[in-house]
Amino acid sequence: MMLGRIEGFGGVVRGRAEVPPSRLALWWRRWGVNAAYYGLCTVLLLMFLFPIVWSLLTSFETAREASASPPAYWPSRFSIENYRNLANYGEGIGRYVWNSGSVALLTVIGTLVLATLGGYGFSRFRFPGRNALFMLILATLMIPFQSILNPLFILLRLLHLQDTHLGLALVYTTFQLPFAVFMMRNAFDAVPIEIEEAAVLDGCSPAGTLLRVMLPLVGPGLATVGLFAFFGSWNELLAALILVSDSRAYTLPVMLLNAQSGQLGAVNWGLMQAGIVLTIVPCAALFLLLQRYYISGLVAGAVKA
Amino acid sequence: MVTTLFGYTIPRSWAAYLFILPCLAVTTLFFLVPLGMTAWMSLNEWPLLGHPSFAGLRNYLALFVDASFWGSLLFTVKYTLVVTPAIFLFAFALALLVQRGARFVGIFRTAYFLPVVIGMTSASLLWTWLFNDQVGIFSALLMDLGLVDEPVQWLGETNSALASIVTMVLWKAAGFTMVILLVGMQAIPVDLYEAAALDGAGWLRQIRSITIPLMRRTFALALTMSFIGSFLAFEQFFVMTRGGPFNSTITIVHWIYRASFTYFKLGYGAAMSMVLLLILLVLSGLQLWLLRDDKE
Repeated sequence: MMLGRIEGFGGVVRGRAEVPPSRLALWWRRWGVNAAYYGLCTVLLLMFLFPIVWSLLTSFETAREASASPPAYWPSRFSIENYRNLANYGEGIGRYVWNSGSVALLTVIGTLVLATLGGYGFSRFRFPGRNALFMLILATLMIPFQSILNPLFILLRLLHLQDTHLGLALVYTTFQLPFAVFMMRNAFDAVPIEIEEAAVLDGCSPAGTLLRVMLPLVGPGLATVGLFAFFGSWNELLAALILVSDSRAYTLPVMLLNAQSGQLGAVNWGLMQAGIVLTIVPCAALFLLLQRYYISGLVAGAVKA
Repeated sequence: MVTTLFGYTIPRSWAAYLFILPCLAVTTLFFLVPLGMTAWMSLNEWPLLGHPSFAGLRNYLALFVDASFWGSLLFTVKYTLVVTPAIFLFAFALALLVQRGARFVGIFRTAYFLPVVIGMTSASLLWTWLFNDQVGIFSALLMDLGLVDEPVQWLGETNSALASIVTMVLWKAAGFTMVILLVGMQAIPVDLYEAAALDGAGWLRQIRSITIPLMRRTFALALTMSFIGSFLAFEQFFVMTRGGPFNSTITIVHWIYRASFTYFKLGYGAAMSMVLLLILLVLSGLQLWLLRDDKE
């Protein structure tokens, strides 16, 4: 069932009904209403962006100014001191970016591969237990991952995956799978069967058909699934806190949390802002570039329900 | 029906199982097995290091008389009941605002949604700083405006800490609910509004008589999603108040984490996880029931 769609955020939506009075009155009314409308929207926009912009500005203050009390309203001079301090924090910021980056990348790859295979299997084949197995994967959505973290801790220790990028990525991939398989199955369902039959007639094996014919056609679905996997793993705190105990293997959120705890009660606020900006930038950039895929994922989730 | 895979001829249904096998294997190993283990661990005395010993229902009995557990459960319910309607009303207003096909509306939608993607931990760290009494902007602004005489300890008192965190979550999560509501809002046929306008119905009347009644399902979805999400709240409290002052802002997930990995009682944590799981299953069941297809 389709409830309607949003074509990316930039898309213009059909206008709502208007009463048709005289042209002049309409012009005046619209002008006043529009001024109020855009005024309100802009105030809200500033409120939503303010915390991010404020943090960004502060991150470019000097370390002393960023920790000043009361805070300065405007940086007195531009400085990258906070970013220098961040670069040398702990094991060096490169280490934590590498940890978070490789966990996120492994999660994205793992989710894409598993969900593509699974989604294709569920979409294109009839076999005993098909519906039951699909429901089983979807049902995992009803159980919060927060309630199975204790055994996951034991399990990763048993498998010698504690403190490894792969271990954390496997856990994140598992959390992503229900949504991802659902998305990919829908994406494959939307490809006309004739295209595949033509490929089979030409002598393509199932694996070959999937790889060479189908995969290019489900690109948008892959983008959606990949984005959700990235945001989910890059920003995750609780599982990373539990499953990683070696401080050299900390991901960015865990490292930032430790920095916020402060050394002997003194928090380096400038360094914190630099770290927060560094964590936010990849997410914001990916979202701004690929938002239509992210939103279509949300819409699919909303329509499914 | 047969097919070929890497040069071998096999029945087509075998190929299907091969495709879904990796996905099932990972789900089994990292989801179903841990799920069973949670149930088993909850019946054991399970220290972080050293050997577990069978304890029967002792963890559950201890949990039943544990004031901290009930306190955290109560606080989680309180937080959920405050934050869910707050997000919903704010997001509904936002959705009404950005649903029209006006110029630049895409920019506003994007800006309102942006905080959703930046991660709960970064958002919490950011707002801890904004709310800080010494270096935070909110306290400084109030002092400079002459409204208060000394720095405000936003996060130092239970109710103001809750209000501060709800404010942060509104900023962080309203965009998500806004999109869900927009989807439902735009599924309403335009002719309904046109007919109502012809009959002389004003903007408010149209919302009351068309938008709201036709969006019941979407409302149910948005409300249950944020209800379930709020029930699992962790980062915002763990980062912003650390459960304080005097353990008055500990959520259930936070308490499970603390019992398991600060006090090293994994079995006890697992018993609480089972209770959480049960609550969430009931909530999800309720969600499915509310969203059931009336046609069937």
